[in-house]
Amino acid sequence: MRRWHIFTRGLVKENAVLILMIGLCPALAVSGTVRDAFGMGLAATFVLFFSNVIIALIRKSVPNEVRIPIFILIISTFVTMIDYFMQAFQPDLYRALGVFVPLIVVNCMILGRAEAFASKNSVINAALDGLGVGIGFTLALTIMGSIREILGNGTFLGTTVFGEAFRKTPVIFMILSPGAFLVIGILKALINKYVKKE
Amino acid sequence: MKNPALIFLGAFLVNNIVLMRFLGLCPFFGVSTAVETATGMGMAVIFVMTLAAWITWLVFHFVLLPFNLVFLRTALFILTIASLVQLVEMFLKKYYRALYSAMGIYLPLITTNCAILGITFLNIDNKFNFLNGTVFAIGTGLGFTLVIITFAAIRERLDLAPINPSLRGYPISFIAAALMALAFLGFSGLFGLT
Repeated sequence: MRRWHIFTRGLVKENAVLILMIGLCPALAVSGTVRDAFGMGLAATFVLFFSNVIIALIRKSVPNEVRIPIFILIISTFVTMIDYFMQAFQPDLYRALGVFVPLIVVNCMILGRAEAFASKNSVINAALDGLGVGIGFTLALTIMGSIREILGNGTFLGTTVFGEAFRKTPVIFMILSPGAFLVIGILKALINKYVKKE
Repeated sequence: MKNPALIFLGAFLVNNIVLMRFLGLCPFFGVSTAVETATGMGMAVIFVMTLAAWITWLVFHFVLLPFNLVFLRTALFILTIASLVQLVEMFLKKYYRALYSAMGIYLPLITTNCAILGITFLNIDNKFNFLNGTVFAIGTGLGFTLVIITFAAIRERLDLAPINPSLRGYPISFIAAALMALAFLGFSGLFGLT
């Protein structure tokens, strides 16, 4: 029961992007299309899961004074792995995400989970926590990517949604930078109105 | 090689780091509640960004490339920047108390700021030489300062404005940032820069 709670907590109730407002830079930058948003979410989930597991494994042998540099080194190892993996197998996605792939290393969500959870809990719990927070992040990015791609480009994953007329004259600014700020602002306002009150 | 003046303008206005590139959003929203703190943060970012651009350029061209260690870029850059900020903080604390009290508390905050690390990666990806990298870092830092100070001024006014309670705080700040980004879109195409 408690394990299930650890896993689901990161999905909705403590969603990194939409509730806690951390990891915003990639969330806003790569949510222009569903594909980029989902790809970024998966990459961050991979790093989060494995860094949480490794940090939980070595948590008893890490001296307290140097724990942050050690966590950063572990995280950057997995970031480099996913960086080279995407470069080799998903070159289009890699080009679209650009500098945000290596920048997963400074995503405060990942170091935050390492410091607040993985360094104090068992390997299984840390793995579940990493998976939950990662999937929650992917979910938030995919929601933002869907809204922005449908309105800003008239498509969903490249398929036309509202017919050709809208496809030719969409709300272009939604896929440009102002759209990102606007979408998260409105999502946050809706959450404040309908979710947080309970 | 591109003209340094164009690189500066591109980094300062056209591809503004916060509004167009989405880097450094944490301090942009976190430290922009008052103009005074926003100014301190901006100064610290310009300072560290320039130093970080220098040191990572040297590390990349004199350590990583000759020894064929480019795959260590991410790990080495973040460690270099973290130790650099620590050194700068100790140095300022000992020798320049006034400067330290103006921006000292912001220094540790920007160690893991994605704007700093992002700029060092972009410097390498754009194959800038030392001069262009410096100009790029200063232009980016100034662009960050301009935007965070303007945004802080807007937020000071928003605090007093009558706003729907569910929009108060983050949501209205994001919408204000969206309008600023829309205004900055007007700069695209300036001097042929995209």
